[in-house]
Amino acid sequence: MSLEVDIRKKLRDFDLQVSFSEQRKRIGILGASGCGKSMTLKSIAGIETPDTGKICADGRVLYDSARKINLRPQKRNIGYLFQSYALFPTMTVAENIAAGLSGTREEKRRRVREMAERFHLAGLEDHYPSGLSGGQQQRTALARLMACRPEMILLDEPFSAMDAYLKDQLQEQLSEMLEGYTGTVVLVSHNRDEIYRFCDDVLVMEQGQVIRAGEKKAVFAEPRIRQAAVLTGCKNFCSLERRDAHQAFLKDWGIELFTEREIPEETACIGYRAHWFIPVWAREHPEYDGKIPPNSFRVQERRRVKLPFEMNFYLVPQGSRQPENPAYISWFAQENIQKLLEKKGMPDFLQLDEKQILFLK
Amino acid sequence: MNELTEILKNLDWSPLWISLKTGIVATVLSFFLGIFAARRSIRKGPGARSVLDGILTLPMVLPPTATGFFLLLFFSKRRPFGSFLYQQFGLKVVQSWLGCIIAATVIAFPLMYRNARAAFEQMDVNLVYAGRTLGMSETKIFWKVVMPASGPGIIAGTVLAFARALGEYGATSMLAGNIPGKTATVSQRIAMVLQDGDYLTAGIWVAVVLLIAFAVIFLMNFVAGKKMKNLKKW
Repeated sequence: MSLEVDIRKKLRDFDLQVSFSEQRKRIGILGASGCGKSMTLKSIAGIETPDTGKICADGRVLYDSARKINLRPQKRNIGYLFQSYALFPTMTVAENIAAGLSGTREEKRRRVREMAERFHLAGLEDHYPSGLSGGQQQRTALARLMACRPEMILLDEPFSAMDAYLKDQLQEQLSEMLEGYTGTVVLVSHNRDEIYRFCDDVLVMEQGQVIRAGEKKAVFAEPRIRQAAVLTGCKNFCSLERRDAHQAFLKDWGIELFTEREIPEETACIGYRAHWFIPVWAREHPEYDGKIPPNSFRVQERRRVKLPFEMNFYLVPQGSRQPENPAYISWFAQENIQKLLEKKGMPDFLQLDEKQILFLK
Repeated sequence: MNELTEILKNLDWSPLWISLKTGIVATVLSFFLGIFAARRSIRKGPGARSVLDGILTLPMVLPPTATGFFLLLFFSKRRPFGSFLYQQFGLKVVQSWLGCIIAATVIAFPLMYRNARAAFEQMDVNLVYAGRTLGMSETKIFWKVVMPASGPGIIAGTVLAFARALGEYGATSMLAGNIPGKTATVSQRIAMVLQDGDYLTAGIWVAVVLLIAFAVIFLMNFVAGKKMKNLKKW
């Protein structure tokens, strides 16, 4: 299993310039809408043609501008699951599944029956797509592309327009359906949860370029690049002035930062996830003597928003020094912390856990 | 009353058959030509498309007599193309039933073309992409996916083209003339008998035309009604 992509294409707002080589079976492309991730996927499928470059899958050259190779999508044998499924509206479920099949009528019928059973569509064969539920539509689209025995499957934002409940169900359903599949699967999404759930490796895209790639846990733990951190869901950023390997000034929060970890030299800012702030009550820590504890800032509440299971506080940061350019900090208090807050009141300080700090370029 | 039955008994029905024959042949021709042109124009870039679009829509906007004038210039036996057709293939367009067909086709074509193009443009392009990634041939995608999905628009275009071809007067009279039993269509016959002051015969023909028109409108609404089911009120 391998997928090598190295393509360029001039788009209206920017140049798509994507280059990666992947050996893993489940690949996720994470990016904001309009970053070129869908275009990349369509280029792999052959629906769009890059200006120059090369695409290889399992050693098979699908596209190579230097050698003037550009396989038609029909010849690439790549299954593509469209965001809106693109089921043929004038065909029944069975006809949809059979649409890409070749062979005798009997062979096609057998394959359709097999697919209908595997994707829990038995009994719905004569229905038209407009009469199906969202889940059934997705299963039909999957059955249709799987019927052709694709060597690779591309999923283009398959859950982006769904309510949370259905989304969760369909995600579960999709993982189940793809369980036995041995080929490469590429999932494109702007949602970090989907990517994390499905993929082994993640490519983070921004403005037509892959800005971070790697094993998903590594990418989420260490996004390294600010935009990548944003896409992995990090809410708080603060520019930083590095003093030495273990000391820096957080300009927007006014915090003098001391760390055990080494601060990489090219660090320009830090990211901090909204869940990870540690509340500190002054009366429980006489050792601070009313002063601001290390790596902390005084809590000055601006607004609070109640979410179903969390409380989202917007705070004005003020560390030991006056921040140069104060930016709101977003703090998510989960249920256990909310209980503490009810008991003890608002904390006096919030502390950064140095292990959770993301050093970013 | 006696007068009416007398007229009906002796009425020359040939204009109706000529009109229907012309209408059907012209509709079939503009159906395929219109779909072909619509498919080609969709694949063109915006610049080339608007030029092509202008040329193809011209017969709809021009007065039919002006279109007839151009056709006459083009097909006249005294002009290069007309004389080539006559000498090589023995085809006579001016003052012949072939002229009726050509005039009606040229006039009806833009209606088919525009409706087909609008229908193709409205269709979800992902359906075509899906067909391609599933390994379906372009021909199969076109006839099995694109055409059914744009069905209502195509049918509306066909019906309109038929109605237009059936009633064609201006270009037909210029190119094919009004030869009884040969090129005299219903609309030309109405004009002719009216000129003779024969209001009764003209009225009979108008009634026939009205009947056909109602049938066409009914058909249109039936098709549109199917399409409307999926539309929201506003």
